[in-house]
Parts: sequence; C-alpha cells; structure tokens
Amino acid sequence: MNNTLPIIILKRLTMGLFILFGVSILITVGVEALAGDVCSAVLGQAASPETVAACQAQLGLNQPVYVRYLDWLFNVVQGDFGTSLANKREVSELLSKRMGNTFYLATAAAIFAVPLGIFLGVVAALYRNSALDHAISSSTLAAISSPEFFVGYILMAIFAVSNNWFPAISDVESAAGFWSRLYVSALPIMTLTLVTVAHMMRMTRASIVNLLASPYIEMAKLKGMKPSRIIIKHALPNAWAPIIQVVVLNLGYMVVGCVVIEVVFVYPGLGALTVESVMLRDLPIVQGTAMVFATVYVVLFLVADILSMLANPRLRYRK
Amino acid sequence: MMGPVTFLKELNFSARIGLFIVCCMAFCGIFAPWLAPYSESQIVGDVWEPIGGKFIFGTDQIGRDILTRLIFGARNTIALALLSTTVAFLAGALLGFIAATMGGVTDQVLCRLVDVCISIPTLIASLIFLSALGTAVTTLVLVIGIIYTMPVFRIARAVAMDIEVMDYIEAARLRGENLWWVMHKEILPNALTPLAAEFGLRFCFVFLLISSLSFLGLGLQPPLADWGAMVRGNADGIAWGFLHSLLPAACIAILTIGINLLIDRWVHKASGLRDDQ
Amino acid sequence: MTGTLLDIKDLLIEADIEGEWKPIVHRLSMTLDRGEIIGLIGESGAGKSTFGLSALGYTKPGCRIVSGSIMLNGMELVGKPDSGLRSIRGNKVAYVAQSAAASFNPAHTLFEQFAESPVQHGKMSAEEARASCVELFRQLHLPEPELIGNRYPHQVSGGQLQRAMTAMALGSSPDIIVFDEPTTALDVTTQIEVLGAIKEAVKAHQVAAIYISHDLAVVAQMADRIMVLRYGDLIEEGKASDLLSDPQEEYTRQLLNVRSERARKNQDREENIQLHIENISARYPGMTFNVLEDINIKVVRGRTVAIVGESGSGKSTLARVITGLLPPDRGSIKFNGDLLTAELKTRPVNALQSIQMIYQMADVAMNPRHRVKEIIGRPLEFYLGMKPEARDTRVFELLRQIELPEEFSERYPAQLSGGEKQRVCIARALAANPDLIICDEVTSALDQLVAEGILDLLLNLQKKLDVSYLFITHDIATVKAIADEIVVMHQGRVVEQGGKEAILSPPFAPYTELLLSSVPEMEPGWLDDLVSRRKKGEAPTADSIGT
Repeated sequence: MNNTLPIIILKRLTMGLFILFGVSILITVGVEALAGDVCSAVLGQAASPETVAACQAQLGLNQPVYVRYLDWLFNVVQGDFGTSLANKREVSELLSKRMGNTFYLATAAAIFAVPLGIFLGVVAALYRNSALDHAISSSTLAAISSPEFFVGYILMAIFAVSNNWFPAISDVESAAGFWSRLYVSALPIMTLTLVTVAHMMRMTRASIVNLLASPYIEMAKLKGMKPSRIIIKHALPNAWAPIIQVVVLNLGYMVVGCVVIEVVFVYPGLGALTVESVMLRDLPIVQGTAMVFATVYVVLFLVADILSMLANPRLRYRK
Repeated sequence: MMGPVTFLKELNFSARIGLFIVCCMAFCGIFAPWLAPYSESQIVGDVWEPIGGKFIFGTDQIGRDILTRLIFGARNTIALALLSTTVAFLAGALLGFIAATMGGVTDQVLCRLVDVCISIPTLIASLIFLSALGTAVTTLVLVIGIIYTMPVFRIARAVAMDIEVMDYIEAARLRGENLWWVMHKEILPNALTPLAAEFGLRFCFVFLLISSLSFLGLGLQPPLADWGAMVRGNADGIAWGFLHSLLPAACIAILTIGINLLIDRWVHKASGLRDDQ
Repeated sequence: MTGTLLDIKDLLIEADIEGEWKPIVHRLSMTLDRGEIIGLIGESGAGKSTFGLSALGYTKPGCRIVSGSIMLNGMELVGKPDSGLRSIRGNKVAYVAQSAAASFNPAHTLFEQFAESPVQHGKMSAEEARASCVELFRQLHLPEPELIGNRYPHQVSGGQLQRAMTAMALGSSPDIIVFDEPTTALDVTTQIEVLGAIKEAVKAHQVAAIYISHDLAVVAQMADRIMVLRYGDLIEEGKASDLLSDPQEEYTRQLLNVRSERARKNQDREENIQLHIENISARYPGMTFNVLEDINIKVVRGRTVAIVGESGSGKSTLARVITGLLPPDRGSIKFNGDLLTAELKTRPVNALQSIQMIYQMADVAMNPRHRVKEIIGRPLEFYLGMKPEARDTRVFELLRQIELPEEFSERYPAQLSGGEKQRVCIARALAANPDLIICDEVTSALDQLVAEGILDLLLNLQKKLDVSYLFITHDIATVKAIADEIVVMHQGRVVEQGGKEAILSPPFAPYTELLLSSVPEMEPGWLDDLVSRRKKGEAPTADSIGT
C-alpha cells in the first residue's frame, strides 16, 4: 500500500512500452502471413522463378523473420518506415500526411462530441425516466446500433444529394483555407460526431445513475439538496473516472473508426490508406499504419488510466 | 430454471419489441429459400429498378431482387456472426475462467497477452489477417472469433472473479474440489446469465464488424448475399438518388437495436462501452 | 423548551415487493417533545428505519407513504411538495446514517460536506460555517478540530467519521436528529466512545432525537423513551427505565434476555488435544508486518474455544491459516497429533474432511444455483462416496438434526430465511463428520433472536456429536454464552487465554478489561457512569492501553 501515484504511473508507462513492443511483434507476424506470395502477386503469374527470387531478395524476404523484424524495429525507432512497394515513396512521409488528415477529422469531431456527449449524459441522468431521457436514450441507441456507413450514407443522402449543402466527397487535398477545409469535411465530421456522442452520452448517464444508489447520495437528499446540485456536486465528481475512460476511448475510436467513414466519403486519411494498401499488399505501409493505430490506442489507454487515477480522490490524497 | 412463459412475463415493453425483431430476423434467415421470391443470385430485372414498383424493394446494381438478397443476406450475415461469436465465447470464457480460478502466473501471462492483442484495433487486425489468409467462410469465422476472444476473455474473467470471491467458492476449495469442479459446477452456473447478455452484446459488435468488413470488400464473397456487401455494391447509386443501399444498412441497424433492447436489463455494467476495450 | 415537536399519526407506509405494494409500517404513531430522545428498537424487517426516516418526510426508493400524518412543529409533511421538504431536510431535521464511511461523499472534504447544509439553507456564510465546524468537531472530541475538516473521508477512521457525521447533523442547529444505527458498523471499544460523544453533544444542544437500533442495550443508554417494533407493528412503548425493568410483552422480554449464559456442565475428561497451534506467525503476501504474531492455541475434543477480538485483531486470518488458505511464515499446526501441511493443496482429503468451516454470511457461503440437497449432499458424495439414495436419506437425517423439514431439500438458498440459511450451512459442515468446526462470526449477520436459536443448535449438536468448535467472534455476549475457553486477540497477538471463568473475572488484562467494560449494558445510566469513570482514569480507555 506504499505505492504513491508517481510510482503507479511509472509502472503503467513501462507496461505501455511493453505492450507496444508486443504489438509490433504481432503486427509483424500478421504482415509476414500477408507477405507469403507478395512477389508473385506483384509480378503476376507469368513471372519466372528468377525474377521472383530477385524480388524477394530486394524485400529481404530471404532473410529469417527475426532479422527482418529487428531491422524494421531499428529503422522505425529512427523514424524510417521503409518505402512503399506500389509507388516507391517514403512510407513515413505518406503516413504523416494521412495522419494529419485523420487527426484533423478526429479533433474536429471531438471538439463537438465530447462536451455534447457529457452534457446530454448529465441532462439525461438529471431528468431520468422522463420523456426527454427516453428520447435521448432511444436516439443514441439507434446511433450506436447503426454501422458507421449507414449514418454516413443517410447524412450524404440528406445533405449532399437531396439538398446540395455539403459535398459528398471530401476532397481536402484541394481545399484551401480553414473554412473551405471544414466545409468539405463537414459530413465525415458529423458522422463521427453522431456515433461517438451516442457512446459518450450513454456512458455518462450510466455512470451517474449507477452512483445514485450510493448512501452518500441519499445523505445529500436528506440534507435537503436540490436534484441538480446532487447530480453536479455529488454524483458527477465521483463519475469522472468512468466518464474519462469512455471519453478517451472514444477519442481512440475517432481515429480508428475513421476507416469506414473515410472510405464512405473518399476522405484521404490513414484509414483509407490502410484499406488501399491491404488490398495492394503494400507491406511497409500496412505495417506502418497498423503500428500508428496501435500506438494511438496504447497511448490513449494509458492516458485514460492515468487520468482516472488522478480523478480518484482516494488515490490523489493518500492517508 | 425459468419457463418460457415466465421469461416472457419478465420482459418489459421494449424488451418484447427486441424479442420480436430478433425472432423475425431469425425466421427470415432460417426459412430464406422458402420466403424469398427469387433465388439468391438470379438477375430478374434492370439495374436499380425503383423501390415500390414491380419489385417491392427494387433491384440492385446488376438487376437482382433486393428483397431476395435481403432475406438471404439475413441468413448469411447472421449465421456468420453467430458462428464467430460462438467461437469467441467458447475460447474466451474457457480462458477467462481458467485465468480467474488458477490465478497467479497463468492469470498474469494470459492477461498480458490479451493486453497486447487488444491494443490492435479489431478492424485493423481483421483487415490484415483476412487479406493475408483469404476470406473463406471458415477463415472468416476463425479470424473474427479469435479477435473477439480477447474482449470476451476480459469479461469472462471479470465475471468469474466476482464469483470467485464468494465464500461458497472458498468452501468448495476447502472441501478439496478440483479446478474443473470449481469451474463448471460452482462458477459456470452463476456466470451464465451475465455471459448470455454479454453474448448478445458481443454478437452486435461482431455483426457490425462483419458488416464493415464486407463493406470494405473483405467479407463473404459474391454471389453470396451479405448486407454489408450490398451496401457497398449499391453505394454509387446514392449520388443518383437511388437509396437502395440504405435498406441493408437499415436491416443491420434494426437487428442490432433489437438485440440491444432485448438484453439491456442483463448487460454487465460495461455495456455502452465500445468493443475494443 | 417543552411542547410537542413531532407528531406522527397512523402512518401507513408500503413497499414495492416484487411488483406488489405491501405495508411495511402499519399505522404507527409517535410523538416527540423538544429535547427528548426516543429509541426505536426492533429486528430487521421491523420497519424502524422506514418509520424513523419519515420524520424527514422521506421514504426509501420503492416505498411510499399511503396515509397518516406527520406534523412537524404544526406543519404537515405528508403530501408536501419536494421543494418544501427540501427546506426541512438537513435544516429542521437532520440525519445520521449507519455507515459514515459510505455516507460521506468521497470526492469532498469533511468541511465542505459540513458546510453544505447551513450554507445552502442560507443559515450561515462559509466563514461562519467553518468556525461552527471547528467548534462542533471539538465538542465531539475529534483530534485536531481545526485541521481534520480539510481531510477527505477516506483519510479519517470509522469512529471519527461517525462523530463528524453527528457534528454535520448538528451543524444547522436542527430541532430533531434521526440516528439510524450510527454505531452498528463500529468495533465495540470504538462504539462506546462514539456513543459517549453523541450523547454529550445531543444533551448540550438540547436537540430532540430519534435513535434507531437493533441493540436494546445501546438504546437503553441513549433514549428517554423506547418503542419496540416488530414487522411494522408497535409491540410496546414506555419510559426507558420502566420498559427495561418491567417489560409488559413477551417479545420485549425475549429481547432483554438475549444471550444469557447457558449452563454448561464442565465435563471432567482427559485432555484429548485435537488442534494444537504452535508459534504461528503469518502475513499476507506483499505486507511488511505480521498479521499474526506467535500464536499458541489448543483445542480440546468436544469443547468450544472462543477467539475474541475486534477488527484487525487477526482472528479471521487465524482461520485462514488453520484451513491452509494462508500458509504461515513460522510455526506448526497439529491435528489429532499429526502435523498439518501449510498449504491447502498438499493436505490429504481426510484432513480436509475433519476440519469444516461455517461462515458469517450464509448468503454467499452457498452457491445460489444449487439446491439444498446438493449443498448438503456434496460432502456426502465427496468424502464418503455415498450413492444418490444413501445420500438423500442422510440429507433428510441432517435436515432433521438442524430442525428443518425434509421439503427444504428441494429449495434454493434464495428461498430460505437468514436463520435457515445458516442452519443449512451447519448441516453441510456436519455432513462431512468433522472433528472440528471453525465458526467464523456465524451469528453476527443474524437478528438476535435468530442468533440465539443458532447458538442453541450448535450447543445441542456438540453434546450429541462430541465435535469441537473454534468460535471466532467480536461479540462478548456470544462468547459468554457458549465458550469453554477464551482466547483474547488484539493486533495480531494473543493478549490473554484460559478458561471462561478465569478470563471473565478479575484480575483482568488491560485490553480484556477495556473490551469487557465497553459492552453496553441494559442498566440505564451505565454509559454516563462509564464515561465519567473513564474521564477520572478509573476505567481503561483505548488511549490508556495504547491501541
């Protein structure tokens, strides 16, 4: 019990590094399987055994797996993700550009979604079992139950086809300036916001309602406190830990969930890149994007854990 | 321990709606060949014939009857999701129970392994492994099943740990019962209800994942009907005002809503959380 | 300062029990004068908390007031809108809950929570509240009254929290405080200090109080008048001294006679030592100090050894060491002369069979998905290899021994009452034909009269079967009732051990004396007397013996 907060956090960080290391091995294994016949796939059926062998030598496929893994790891640590098989461009350059696009999308959605999700959750908890609560709860249930492409296509049908308000295709590459960039990516941002707001709202409501059975909430009632004060002063501070967890995990989701949404709106992000390169068997890119996604996840898991520890007064103020 | 009638009585209004939706979909899936007006891949009309005309839901991008495809899609997509979820639950629950009852090093090793696996987003992991291993039905079931073993392991372990601390487990250990007895006679009967609800929830996630995968072109391959692939195939129509692709998407949403409504009361506190945690 | 403050008439409260509204308070009435303390006493299900809470115009979720009237200072609370009730709660009528640890919000400091009522009800400014908080904390003998308010609830001990909660209730100078079992969750030596502090403060502030408890002796010390409740009905009401000296109803008499000493013939028999614990020291993994330090205990065949101590004394850890759940660092355990291995896994089946265990919470000691016949039958199959028919016959026999009908064999635990559950647990232990049964607080979770029945049953079975008991408890009354020998434990060590008479009569070891003197007695005025003797240094206090 003599673990202080910094020590717990340090342990958690080490754990995170260890997990990233494990993830990189796992991804390499997956990519190895993918690599099986990459040369014959790239060169076509007609290729002679010699050209296939030459191709494999060029990719280093004739070396043992662990040598290739260590080489790759060594380069990645230095920021070098290799070169694309399809167009011979630097993977890191490609990644950073696409990452920028995806993080733009995620950040824009988060700015709307996080406050809205928490606010709606608190409101639904405050007026629980009212018509308002039922309306919020059923619409968010519909949103979490729908695949992202459904939400995306509905928005597209309404806002791009029936009314020509926003473009159906998010060509951010040619959009110049803040407003025009926001304009072309409006639909993917809305889709992402809708889906994540629903999750955050439901979790916020559930965390608060869970606490309402606590004796200290009854105590607050018996002290004659108003329902709004009970929710905001007494329940919310204790619900922060689970709310933070769900918010941070949804941020992670915003990055990863982009895959489908980016495909729907032809948005040039990391997700679309992953799908393209998986189809093309462009190994270095697949390895790179998978690593980026996993890193985002691991970092966000870490942040979620550390923040919810900080939100817990029992851990913040030791005996 | 509960008869079907009492079970029905226990359900509230929204859970009954959920049950109705699930039963309808299951019915369509089971009796697909008898219910569908045409055969699965038969071309019966022009491309994108309008909804509500000669064909109730119109025709798709190559002129197949959408109603027929929806009914067969129910069968294919639900069966695939059901099989994958079952694989995930058999493996995940077994490992989770073992981790919880044995504790110590076994538990530590399993937990750390799962920590690693779960850090690769499910969609990314399935994209990589499916494109490497192909999209034969068995491969699909196994890959998705194994990917979902990870979250199921966590849930099953958590459920078993809650039961593990009960005095009756200690009593069984003091009696000298072996691990197998503790797992299947003491823990399992008490874990069934929460795990059944979790099964419903996980089924939804698997179902959505499969739909996304086939939307991205990595699910069941044509000519098999599949809701996600139908959305993908008809997506181009949206720009022309043909909303055919929204029908299978709506089916996915309706089934997921139905299951959620049905299991809402029993779901572990972690519900509402996303699958990837 | 006289006149009726609270007048409750014909109050009928119903609860939603599995979808049906059933009455739980049957048209009860109560009057409370200024400065008066009324005690509500009863077992679980008596409706005492529900009735007591109605003074705040409050019912727990799932309950409703059907009819009757609650007049507070001439103001009707029944049917009053929520906003009106809020201006009374925490203001005119305050509440002190059973578990202060759970009833303080973990996210705010004690001072913030103290200030909430007076500031929100517009009685004081924040600065005035702080001054009043320090003053009240001082009156309730909290250490460092200027500073303790800055702490969070988890940084303060249970006894201190309960005092802080009383201070919080007094904070807005209410007319009435409802105390809902405020000391039930505390250790006996802590309880007596908190009771003393509460009583002093309540008298000093001339506040009226409703004191709810299941413990007649505690109520006897606190209340001017007592109402005895059972199943939502009033059994008897009267001045505390009259009711205690001359109870009119049989039920009250039963409550008064709870845990009287049982006559035990002190069989002279050869010392057949069954369990011999030698020099045991133990600690939990990762801990830096020993939870048990050099423990030596002998249990003789057919006798009862009671291990008594407060929370943290190590008494339950000792049970874990004996059963092999926690291997000790040092020392040995011999059973019937044979050395028991430290680890449960390495013990032979017959060693497991001969030591059985009964738990405090019978609810969680039985698998809710097994029927009674499976619960009792499993040891029969497992240890004795009985076939289904023989097993069922023996299950019926055991059910008879624990005085339950045969039909109970088909029931699930959820279909049994608390006492019945504990009886089934006893039957399960007996099914193994053990030599020794470890009873870990087996009566603590039960109502007093039910607990009486369990104790009687255990003693009868001992006479018939010649089984020994290792009886772990915090309750001195239980010890007096059943023990042959007593081991007093404190902070992981044995403070004193020996025959019952020797331990329970002077000269006492200091801790034993503190423990014994802290057990509330029925005699009204006993508490005041004890508090004044402790102040004069004539009786030991927790501080004086350095706990």
